[in-house]
Amino acid sequence: MDWILLAEQGLNGLQLGALLFLIAAGLTLTFGIMDFVNLAHGSLYMLGAFVGATFMLWTGSFFAGILLALPLMFVIGALLEMTVVRSLYQRHHLDHVLATFGLILFFNELVQVVWPLDGLNVPFPARFDGTVELAFGIEYSAFRLMIIAVGLLVAVSLWVLVAKTRAGMLIRAGASNRKMVSALGVNIRLLFSLVFGIGAVLAGLAGMLVTPVLGATSGMGEQIIILAFVVIVIGGIGSVRGAFIAAVVTGLVDTLGRSFLDVLLLAFLPANAAEAAGPALSSMLIYLFMATVLFLRPQGLFPPRGG
Amino acid sequence: MSSTASVKALFVTGVIALCALMPLIAQAAGQPYYVDLFMRMMIWAIAAVSLNLILGYGGMISFGHAVYLGVGAYTVGICAYHEIESAWIQWPLALGFSALVALAFGVVSLRTRGVYFIMITMALAQMLYFLAVSAEEYGSDDGLIIYVRSFFGSRIYDLDEPLHLYYTIFVVLVGSLVLTKRLVESRFGMVIRGARSNEKRMEAMGFSIYRYRLVCFVIAGVLCGMAGILSANVEKFVSPDMMYWTKSGELIFMVVLGGMGTVFGPVFGAVVFWLLSELLSRLTEHWHLIFGPFLVLVVLFARGGLDGLLARIGARDD
Repeated sequence: MDWILLAEQGLNGLQLGALLFLIAAGLTLTFGIMDFVNLAHGSLYMLGAFVGATFMLWTGSFFAGILLALPLMFVIGALLEMTVVRSLYQRHHLDHVLATFGLILFFNELVQVVWPLDGLNVPFPARFDGTVELAFGIEYSAFRLMIIAVGLLVAVSLWVLVAKTRAGMLIRAGASNRKMVSALGVNIRLLFSLVFGIGAVLAGLAGMLVTPVLGATSGMGEQIIILAFVVIVIGGIGSVRGAFIAAVVTGLVDTLGRSFLDVLLLAFLPANAAEAAGPALSSMLIYLFMATVLFLRPQGLFPPRGG
Repeated sequence: MSSTASVKALFVTGVIALCALMPLIAQAAGQPYYVDLFMRMMIWAIAAVSLNLILGYGGMISFGHAVYLGVGAYTVGICAYHEIESAWIQWPLALGFSALVALAFGVVSLRTRGVYFIMITMALAQMLYFLAVSAEEYGSDDGLIIYVRSFFGSRIYDLDEPLHLYYTIFVVLVGSLVLTKRLVESRFGMVIRGARSNEKRMEAMGFSIYRYRLVCFVIAGVLCGMAGILSANVEKFVSPDMMYWTKSGELIFMVVLGGMGTVFGPVFGAVVFWLLSELLSRLTEHWHLIFGPFLVLVVLFARGGLDGLLARIGARDD
């Protein structure tokens, strides 16, 4: 086996994991704290890509674009929470699913009206265009390394926010007993808007990070949202720690499966059968992985305590 | 009470009669396109009726129900591709595969509850979607063209005849409604409905809820697979798109819009869904801008769906 290729694909897996974590973190928070299932979380990822790309093209700088777009994503998230999402908390999960499905249709169409051409494309930021030489002669894309770093940075900041700050204490308290927190005089509605806004910022950030690679297109959120669901289901819905671990594992399983499964299958199957089964099996791999996890542990790997 | 029944009964009879007479109406109006439209609409109605069995009566929010449309349609398509054209082989095979897939998915997903169930059914369905996408032999993304319809071995009854095909679909739809009614009023249906309102109590009474739900899940899957078979014969085409998770979302919407856990509700839902999408898409290219918020409004304000609405109109007359 080619060790350099293995290392590269491992890094690719980590990079996918970092992106998945950015999206899954907000999703798992909104579920853990507000008990709200948000299918439209992928739309926030897509909006992030469009808003970010617009600012990037306007300022001519990748990072200035992101800095301008992030506050706007917070506002969009908070507004969405106040207008639609808020009136759904008391409802059944089925209602959440349906209403947010409606939001997906709306946002997919909206971006086509606001940005009429076939999506937006932005150039690679000059500073990260190219490769970096790592140990053992492994060369790796600087841009992808940057995404991994951002993912880790967000994970650490989220942990500090949730575990070490007063706001985080309220978030945890809200997750385990909403009514009690509210009875103690905390403005729970404001807290919910805040959490939803943070989720929108994180998903939006993920969208902005991929624009140089994938561009911004209508419907881009629908593919990744399913992966994000897989992540939070494996990790245990409501658990940020679980989401982080599951995102990394899912990223690795998916990427490594796609590049090495056919090689692995060759050991067991004749060449033509392995060639046919390889791509099919590798695209199903993470779903099989999820089904296995849920079969053994129906609450995911790290079910949050309480709430 | 009598008036409640009569307003709803009027609509039910109206929709059934419209479906039954559409080929005549379309011919009289010189609009053969309506026949196609109604065939598609009735197929979706069958799929929605099957979803209603688990979603409406059983309280199982399956977000992957469209997958059985794909299983049914792909079985027909793949058989035809390998020149197995007999419906006597194709159809039992397609229904059998639907049952197998539903059984496998049910065994895994019914162990979970709530949101986990929603997401695992969605992910399992996506798995087969990706399987279809990666099946290069059968057209991958582009889908598979079916050159011959299922053949019953006789020209007396031949799906290539538009009328034969149309009334086959119509009979399956009516049959699925009769099945729903008989099923939910049976002892089996009572257990399924009981488990929706209070699972623990049903367990305490000695019923193995898991097994009952699994059987219900498989029945719904097979019925939806039947819709898939019909779809393959109408479109003469099958693609992975028909089992994408958004299609499952549309099916759920039809059931909720029509009225969950009512025999005829899903048919209302499918009819209104199709009419709305037809009308709105003629109005503007960007009709999802209206349709999306409409969905949100239905969720927020229309409890009980159209079926409940019709019942309330009747009740007000009293």
